[in-house]
Amino acid sequence: MSVPVKITPQVVAEHGLSENEYALICERLGRKPNINELGIFSVMWSEHCSYKSSRRHLGKLLTKGERVIQGPGENAGVIDIDDGDVIIFKMESHNHPSYIEPYQGAATGVGGIMRDVFTMGARPIANLNALRFGEPDHPKTKTLVAGVVHGIGGYGNCVGVPTVGGETNFDKGYNGNILVNAMCVGHARSDKVFYSAAKGVGNPIFYVGSKTGRDGIHGATMASAEFDDDSDEKRPTVQVGDPFTEKLLIEACLELMATDVIIAIQDMGAAGLTSSAIEMADKGGVGIKMNLDKVPQREPDMTPYEMMLSESQERMLMVLKPRKEKIAIEIFEKWDLDVAEVGTTTDTGRLVLTHQKKKVCDIPIAPLADDAPNLDRPFTPPATHDKLEHDPMFDPNERGSSYNSVLEALLTSPDICSKRWIWEQYDRTVMGDTVDSSQSGGDAAIVRIHGTNKAVAITTDCTPRYCLADPFEGGKQAVAETWRNLTCVGAEPIAITDCLNFGNPERPEIMGQFVYAINGMNEACRALDYPVVSGNVSLYNETNGQAIPPTPAIGGVGLIKDLHKFKSISGAKAGDTLVLIGATEGWLGASLYSQIILGFGRDGKPVYAPPPVDLAAEKANGDYVRRLIRDRRVNAVHDLSDGGLAIAAVEMAFANKLGFTLDAQNDVPNYAWLFGEDQGRYLLAVEKNSVNPVISTAHSKGIPAQKIGMVGGSQLSAAGGFDISLRDAHMVYENWLPDYMAS
Amino acid sequence: MRSAVIVFPASNCDRDAAIALAKITGREPLMVWHEETTLPQVDFVVIPGGFSYGDYLRSGAIAARSPIMQDIVRKAGAGLPVAGFCNGFQVLTEAGLLPGALMRNKGLRFVCRPQTLKITNKTSMFTKAYKDQDEITVPIAHFDGNYYADDETLRGLRKSGQIIFKYVDNPNGSINDIAGISNKAGNVLGMMPHPERAIDALHGGTDGILLFKSVLESMR
Repeated sequence: MSVPVKITPQVVAEHGLSENEYALICERLGRKPNINELGIFSVMWSEHCSYKSSRRHLGKLLTKGERVIQGPGENAGVIDIDDGDVIIFKMESHNHPSYIEPYQGAATGVGGIMRDVFTMGARPIANLNALRFGEPDHPKTKTLVAGVVHGIGGYGNCVGVPTVGGETNFDKGYNGNILVNAMCVGHARSDKVFYSAAKGVGNPIFYVGSKTGRDGIHGATMASAEFDDDSDEKRPTVQVGDPFTEKLLIEACLELMATDVIIAIQDMGAAGLTSSAIEMADKGGVGIKMNLDKVPQREPDMTPYEMMLSESQERMLMVLKPRKEKIAIEIFEKWDLDVAEVGTTTDTGRLVLTHQKKKVCDIPIAPLADDAPNLDRPFTPPATHDKLEHDPMFDPNERGSSYNSVLEALLTSPDICSKRWIWEQYDRTVMGDTVDSSQSGGDAAIVRIHGTNKAVAITTDCTPRYCLADPFEGGKQAVAETWRNLTCVGAEPIAITDCLNFGNPERPEIMGQFVYAINGMNEACRALDYPVVSGNVSLYNETNGQAIPPTPAIGGVGLIKDLHKFKSISGAKAGDTLVLIGATEGWLGASLYSQIILGFGRDGKPVYAPPPVDLAAEKANGDYVRRLIRDRRVNAVHDLSDGGLAIAAVEMAFANKLGFTLDAQNDVPNYAWLFGEDQGRYLLAVEKNSVNPVISTAHSKGIPAQKIGMVGGSQLSAAGGFDISLRDAHMVYENWLPDYMAS
Repeated sequence: MRSAVIVFPASNCDRDAAIALAKITGREPLMVWHEETTLPQVDFVVIPGGFSYGDYLRSGAIAARSPIMQDIVRKAGAGLPVAGFCNGFQVLTEAGLLPGALMRNKGLRFVCRPQTLKITNKTSMFTKAYKDQDEITVPIAHFDGNYYADDETLRGLRKSGQIIFKYVDNPNGSINDIAGISNKAGNVLGMMPHPERAIDALHGGTDGILLFKSVLESMR
């Protein structure tokens, strides 16, 4: 990269800064910036680092709760899971790099989110990922799926952290902008949590990890702009990951953290050395002085500009206690990692950089961080859609089709089909504590806290087609569904991390989607007492003016206090009764049935309102299911989501290798009963002699509960609906993705 | 029984191995850093899974040249029981303690799944406790598990009963479905599957326990 020395309006524009922002920089400095300073301001004020479009809206979210130790604002959120144990977790996007270079983009996404977690003192114990790809027929989709999955596995498997869950959608809306959202969950002791605020004056600043190269320069700025047809030319701004170094860095950092020498520690993520130094100084209210000649460099003749903006991976910055440097140096040298004292904390409140004995940057820190632009972008309320009323013509038999073919079409739809091809490429069992993972097809992964009888339940969720039809209800639903998933395994839902993926916020209708989705999420968080503790915003997910569907991906974490009392989708026995908890109206708007079978929301056919979430019912139903699990009243639990009751029952049948019969009912038309996506519902397998108490107790609490069928046999059979063998259904369900990838 | 687990940079199943050994032998194993030149006095050594040296060059190739490996090769030659799981198997072939090589999986993808194995030699010091059990299911998780050896080597392996485990439904293209082999003397085992992740009903099942018990019994 050639670095211009003269600051012209064109150079300013190339740095993604507006005229107003440039004027503001000059005003704060009292002079014109040099090129290094301009580069630093440009990344710190980029959307990615400053959250300038989203900050004022994120501030509305519930972030406090009884178990919250650290909410948003640190590298990751921290929650209390009793006995001095804490869980540290976060989800983050790596969308733009993954589209340009899928393997490295996804791999470094995983590496980055793990660093956010172990920076705070936690050993990473689980990774998850929420992936959205374009439609299967799009020429790029297959390559992107293969590259992203290979990259996630390539990084996580090598580092030795199990990848235990996630979700994958395919939709035309992601043809030009895939989403790769990676989540990491770590465990620490509460007295060993580390923060990023640099404290004291004259304390040494250490750089550890990999050397700094010329990769990823201006990655944060790339993540703050739309794509166009020439985006492939941005490949040099994608970072290259080295999971081997990451593994050494984890072990070295955790070894150092066991001693008593660290004052503050921060990973170098987006905007590299610039943002880590500035965030540490800003949070601690100190200044920082660094000698760039001391920065370990991979290539000769690197300029200050390149060093400050490089996004080379696997690097950390630490402020150490004075006179204890030797302990750190010995540990990092043992692990063959670079370690260098690059500067000290000062009382000037300024970032001062020297290079080859010359001062190359001298700027006040406060304007870079706290005074970054905080925009109030105009937004328009999203359009509302009608409710899709039942119509006899929606019945497969009336459409010249059959329930069997409809079921098969849903089971082979990209969103529902088995994702085995993906998760078999992830090591799910390393570390010896994975109790449940993608392998079971259940609702949440379960990972034991090492050496104890308790576990965390973890899930990710978002239903983009709901969010597109109604961002408010969609945001609410994404939060509620993670809560429901955690409930299904008997966990107490504690908190979430959010990864908010949207289009260009400069367009009022996109900003409207963002604001309404946040409002919906917030309503669910408050009703369920389920705060947000960390997260990330990814805007500008647009290509040639076409935005992605609004996708607020939610990662939920819950606590299973006693591993003798968890449940999952497996555990049903032949002869068990199927009980449905929650009310069924047969809501078809924005359902998969309405999209795939009826064609609504596609090719110009109208969009209808998605199922609303009644949060009071959600809470009552979920609390009741958790109580049933605790009292050992159920054998298996699964929530109802994509594809409604039919798909929930079939997935439970697959997990248990047992068929079912669903009884006839007269409450709603059969197609709506089987495929409607009413919210807040659970399917339970209950032993015969527990059925009456389970139902009568529910009714006494005003919770809808009914007997709907039986577990057993080798047929999947619904009265007045489908009747298909478990083996055939399972085969089509398993074959779609591998066949597609091999085609 | 005293045991040791060797730790290379980016070993990542060292903890899994240590848990299994502690649980079954009743004694915490010694964790031995790869730069050590002398193995402490132990009865059994595990080379754990992982991505030693990031699998750079060839999986297991750099680890096989670590200082500690020289002493392990010497002591294994004198009869010390050694087992390598996954990356450990790769290290043992690279170190010349076991014949053959492990190539990239046939499907060119990493594969992690519960895998059924047929125990093809039930008299070995690693399998004798299985007695009535002919098949076990343990997790696999590898990219380079496609075992290869030339015909002459394979004949030798068969003749000396060195093929210890075979895959039922081969996941990686291994020649003759080979999942695990021993050296001719029978004191060195290498296998791609992870018996150390199959010692707990809540996690990967319990079919790996008897492998460690077999070694324990052999010490008596």
